[in-house]
Amino acid sequence: MIPLQHYLIVGALLFCLGMAIFLSKKNAIAALMGIELMLNAANINLVAFSQYDADKLAGQMFSLFVIVVAAAETAVGLAIIILVYSHYKTANLDEVNNLKEPK
Amino acid sequence: MTLTSIIFYVFAVLAVVSAGFILFTKNILYAAFALLATFLAVAAMYVFAGADFVAITQIIIYVGGILVLILFGVFLTTKPKGQQFFFTGSFGAKRAWVLTIALAGILIFVFYRINFSELPWISIAHKFNQVNQGTSIQKIGTNLLTTEVMPFEVIAVLLMAALMGAAYIASSVIRKENKK
Repeated sequence: MIPLQHYLIVGALLFCLGMAIFLSKKNAIAALMGIELMLNAANINLVAFSQYDADKLAGQMFSLFVIVVAAAETAVGLAIIILVYSHYKTANLDEVNNLKEPK
Repeated sequence: MTLTSIIFYVFAVLAVVSAGFILFTKNILYAAFALLATFLAVAAMYVFAGADFVAITQIIIYVGGILVLILFGVFLTTKPKGQQFFFTGSFGAKRAWVLTIALAGILIFVFYRINFSELPWISIAHKFNQVNQGTSIQKIGTNLLTTEVMPFEVIAVLLMAALMGAAYIASSVIRKENKK
């Protein structure tokens, strides 16, 4: 039996790495990868606590819903990134800084 | 230390190391493949927590769906040379490091201070030996169609709306290029 703390520590490390990727990367797709890592880290915590809830399995149910929301979020995010790339000819978040058409 | 716990720690280290590789690599394609390793290792950790159905769903949706989408995004938005993948200048990588290390320190400190086995529902599960170890598919199926049927339907509508919206947003690029 793995102690609960070890799941939580792996989850915390993955969350922090995801946050660092999201905050520090230039590329929009890399930022999206950071968000996916953070969602995965939250799922680890939900599943780890759900071991002690063998009747209702609320944590596992919630992590399934989180996975579905992550899929929807990635699809919409990538569509927006492709649109931004066709407009600015770059996916670099530092250069995407005006809403209006540059004149 | 039993064999199962050794395998668990191997997967835990693999997940953290490949996530760290995403942070430090300059090549976005390598980052996508490191993300694959992270997702598979996390799926293995779900199995150790008795969540077999969540693990299979993770492999099917994350590895089979989201990662393929991300790879398509990489192929569509990366120029052949000069991959712009290193740290941003506008927020400042140093501030991101400080925030990250502080958050990791606080979280790990808190996890060691809290005695989780004193929580009432966890101690009850230990006392009556109800810690989930077997398969969970039957319970998940029953839950999805009884207590959780409302969120199940809501998430189905959300997923359909999001996928239709994504197809519409991406197709406007194609329409614009056809016009030219």
